[in-house]
Amino acid sequence: MQQSWSEHSLRAPWRTIIIWLLIIAGAAAGAQQLYFRGDYKVYFEDDNPQRLAYENMQAQFSKNDTANIIIAPPTDNVFTQRTLTLVHEMTEAAWQTPYSSRVDAITNYQHTYAEEDDLVVEDLVYRPDMLDDDAIREVRRVALSEPSLVNRLVSDEGNVAMIAITVNMPDGENIHKLGAAVNEVSNHVLALSKTFQEKYPDHRFYQTGVVFMNHAFDVEAQGDARTLVPGMFLAIIVILWILLRSILATLATLLVIVTTIASTLGLAGWMGYFMSTATVNVPTLVMTLAVADCVHLIASMLFYMREGNSKQQALSQAIAVNRMPVFITSATTAIGFLTLNFSDVPVLVDLGNLTALGVMIACALSLSLLPAMLRVLPITVRPRQQDANADWTERLGDWVIARHKRILPLSVLVVGVAVWASLQNQVNDIPTDYFDARTAFRQSTDFQSEHLSGMSTMDFALYTGEESGINHPDVLARVEAFGDWLQSQPEVDHVVSITDVFKRLNKNMHGDDPAYYRLPEEQELAAQYLLLYEMSLPYGLDINNQVNLDKSATRVMVTLQNLGSREFTAFEQRALDWVADNAPGLRVTSGSPSVMFAHIGETNMRSMLRGTLLALVLISLLLVVALRSWRLGLISLLPNLLPAALGFGLWALWSGQINMGLSVVLSMSLGIIVDDTVHFLSKYAHAKRDGKDTAQSVHYAFRSVGRALWITTLVLTVGFGVLSLSSFALNSDMGMLTATIMVCALIVDFIFLPTFLLRFDRAEQQKGSLHET
Amino acid sequence: MKPNRLTLRSLLLPVLLSLVFSNVQAQTAEEKGLAIAKERKARDRGWGDTQADMSMILRTAHGQETERKMRVKSLEVMEDGDKGLTIFDQPRDVKGTAFLNFSHPLEPDDQWMYLPALKRVKRIASRNKSGPFMGSEFAFEDMSSFEVEKYRYRYLRDETLDGQTMFVVEHVPVDKYSGYSKMVAWVDQAHYRPFKIEYYDRKGDLLKVLTMYDYRQYLDKYWRPQRAEMYNEQTGKSTEMITHNMTFRTGLSDSDFDKNSLKRAR
Repeated sequence: MQQSWSEHSLRAPWRTIIIWLLIIAGAAAGAQQLYFRGDYKVYFEDDNPQRLAYENMQAQFSKNDTANIIIAPPTDNVFTQRTLTLVHEMTEAAWQTPYSSRVDAITNYQHTYAEEDDLVVEDLVYRPDMLDDDAIREVRRVALSEPSLVNRLVSDEGNVAMIAITVNMPDGENIHKLGAAVNEVSNHVLALSKTFQEKYPDHRFYQTGVVFMNHAFDVEAQGDARTLVPGMFLAIIVILWILLRSILATLATLLVIVTTIASTLGLAGWMGYFMSTATVNVPTLVMTLAVADCVHLIASMLFYMREGNSKQQALSQAIAVNRMPVFITSATTAIGFLTLNFSDVPVLVDLGNLTALGVMIACALSLSLLPAMLRVLPITVRPRQQDANADWTERLGDWVIARHKRILPLSVLVVGVAVWASLQNQVNDIPTDYFDARTAFRQSTDFQSEHLSGMSTMDFALYTGEESGINHPDVLARVEAFGDWLQSQPEVDHVVSITDVFKRLNKNMHGDDPAYYRLPEEQELAAQYLLLYEMSLPYGLDINNQVNLDKSATRVMVTLQNLGSREFTAFEQRALDWVADNAPGLRVTSGSPSVMFAHIGETNMRSMLRGTLLALVLISLLLVVALRSWRLGLISLLPNLLPAALGFGLWALWSGQINMGLSVVLSMSLGIIVDDTVHFLSKYAHAKRDGKDTAQSVHYAFRSVGRALWITTLVLTVGFGVLSLSSFALNSDMGMLTATIMVCALIVDFIFLPTFLLRFDRAEQQKGSLHET
Repeated sequence: MKPNRLTLRSLLLPVLLSLVFSNVQAQTAEEKGLAIAKERKARDRGWGDTQADMSMILRTAHGQETERKMRVKSLEVMEDGDKGLTIFDQPRDVKGTAFLNFSHPLEPDDQWMYLPALKRVKRIASRNKSGPFMGSEFAFEDMSSFEVEKYRYRYLRDETLDGQTMFVVEHVPVDKYSGYSKMVAWVDQAHYRPFKIEYYDRKGDLLKVLTMYDYRQYLDKYWRPQRAEMYNEQTGKSTEMITHNMTFRTGLSDSDFDKNSLKRAR
């Protein structure tokens, strides 16, 4: 079928072009169906255990995703009339935030105190314009001694304040609206900050919280789409122009690339995919991979034309020589990407499937549309002129052949060190660190960490299993002990526990006697305090975020430093163990976006290792078939695996942290680097079959594909290198590591593989004949 | 604008209007809304006092539910908000807790609570009445008596709801401590009973919808729903309030609604 396609495209080029353009237009129309999701939940399956735990907890209590505004006054003291006025005004205005359900700040903190037999419940700052120095001192005293405020809504030194806007974001069947909601909330809060920045130019404002983390995902993805894709286009045009030295051939390649991307995205739209922070890079990847197909074909055609053939003859020969390798390399690349289906991260699965689709489209187009276009374009070449001195790859080949006995032990040493180093990498995800220091979000979270608290959260739901169970003195005592234990942990910045409310109310009910700042000793008392307290709170500031419907469970909310996933999950386990040991009657669950991210890296890594193994087996089998030789198929394992070992080894020296974006690099890069092996080994086997000895065959392989290999490696390295410019670490790390592996693959194919063949493939003349190409 | 004219309106609307007013359009939407509110209040005047047992069924978005029980005594107060005494029966750990409220149209309510576990009456000094009542979807302000002065009104339109012709009237709370930016009420034109009320939060988004069911007439005049459901549109939680055994003119007086009566209430 392949053959008929390609031949048809040469016989009736215009018809081929028109038919393809019609098909492509039909496919591309689906792009209108694409929508964008910039939220963090795209990284988690609907049934991800941590996501389920978190969403169940949110259903039991209330949603507590927040958008935070941090306010830094010029005087390093928020307790001034001017700054308190600002916080008060801004808190009031923040209620207008779309999707908001509550707004917490020091000014609207519900201050309770006793006045004889009265319980007074009022905003801590009610009329900021009426505050005199004494009143400000009192506000300061109350705020800095209230556990629910200190280190959360005000720093312990009183130099920074925060307004926390809790939002009720769409989920479940409305999850596709989440991206738009995130934008709406973020834009509102940013506009609010801008308004107040103008009114109070000496104050500084920072935005953090889960909503802004979402927003940052969105901004970075859009930024990548806006800057990286065009950057990639530019890089490819320059490279192609330099290498092919033909404007028309470059244009033909560009057309193949553009139509490939258009049909890939279009089909994605028809199939109901959406764009996300991960899939936004599908165009860049597809572009990179499509270029390689085109380069091989065009380079061959130009080669045969320089040899003196007519364009038509050259084109036919180029197709004949490249059809099988292009198909095989596309298939292996697609398999590599398809194994991303093993990933636990839905958008990485999407990335794999869409890229695999794009690669196969590129394969089809470069074997039909491209030849048809080359056929009708008036491409001419000057007859060979540069052949006088051989290409540098050929000379490198001779150098390797001459010194292979010394190179081999050195190679083995390097490989050994690399494999050892690659094992030193650790799986670690720090969501706030996904964003580099250039981003506003990172600057804000860094400011928050430095002056107030981390941005990570971990919520614990403690279930008593009986109605009104949390009012029981034993339960309260254990919840209090858990809160104290949490507070004493080095990772913890802040703990919200209902026991603080009980203690405060008990004191208030006893004339504010500090001796009563302790838990009520009877269930009835606790229950009645809570009833009284609930009735005196204003809209939005209720305790439903801490106590569930039938008061059988309470949620303890912890703010932590921005830790790596290992420390984070270790802390989580420690806390769960504490409850199991010290409060065996209570069932406990933990959850938060931070918890979700902390687990996903490791889970995903485990799944991807399985996926990579499968990819390796499938690809090796494909190579055995393609090379028609078990022996070469086995040998190919080395050049296929070593580049990743070298790449990850270098990565260990460079960073050593494997985030969830990197966990897919292994199987993804495997499919790509196989291409080099296929090209090199197929030429090598071809020569051997012609009766050449190993050294001659290696030389032949260098001569025939050396140039094409380094050109495609250059293109791939530039392609993934462009990705590494992203300020979003999941993308930039993936780009950088894959680019590194591409370079390593070339080094392995040019140095290690030949020396290995020369040492181990000389004993017998290879009998296995190569598939006719 | 006199209330009785509104009664006639529903029967002889076009004729009367053209006869009585030379300029029909002069009645603004605000005036009409106010007139409807006044008529609603007027039709419910004179009920004296009531006693009832109530259950509240609280439901999460996922259908888990829990029940609260209480007894409510109410005393009509002319020229001011009504007085109310709520005695909690369930959950057990708040049994005997009693809450006394003197509502005022424009000033903060006077509120006291008796805590049997503490054996003390506490006055609650708070401007807030918009928080959740016993963790339910009702705020205290949703349950306190309807007073004309509490809102500014705007008549929106007529609409048919469940086969009955309704006035749809917007209410904007006067109290800045209200949890709502506005409410929209569906009041039937036959008896001026609210059947549905939408509550909008401070940012103007729909927050809750209250629907009243099973209206029953007492003393041949006063209509009370036997069941009301408050549904939170933003969280999917809901609370059903069921009235049992409502009795009118049971002989309650001011002395049943003071601080001392709180401790006696069991």
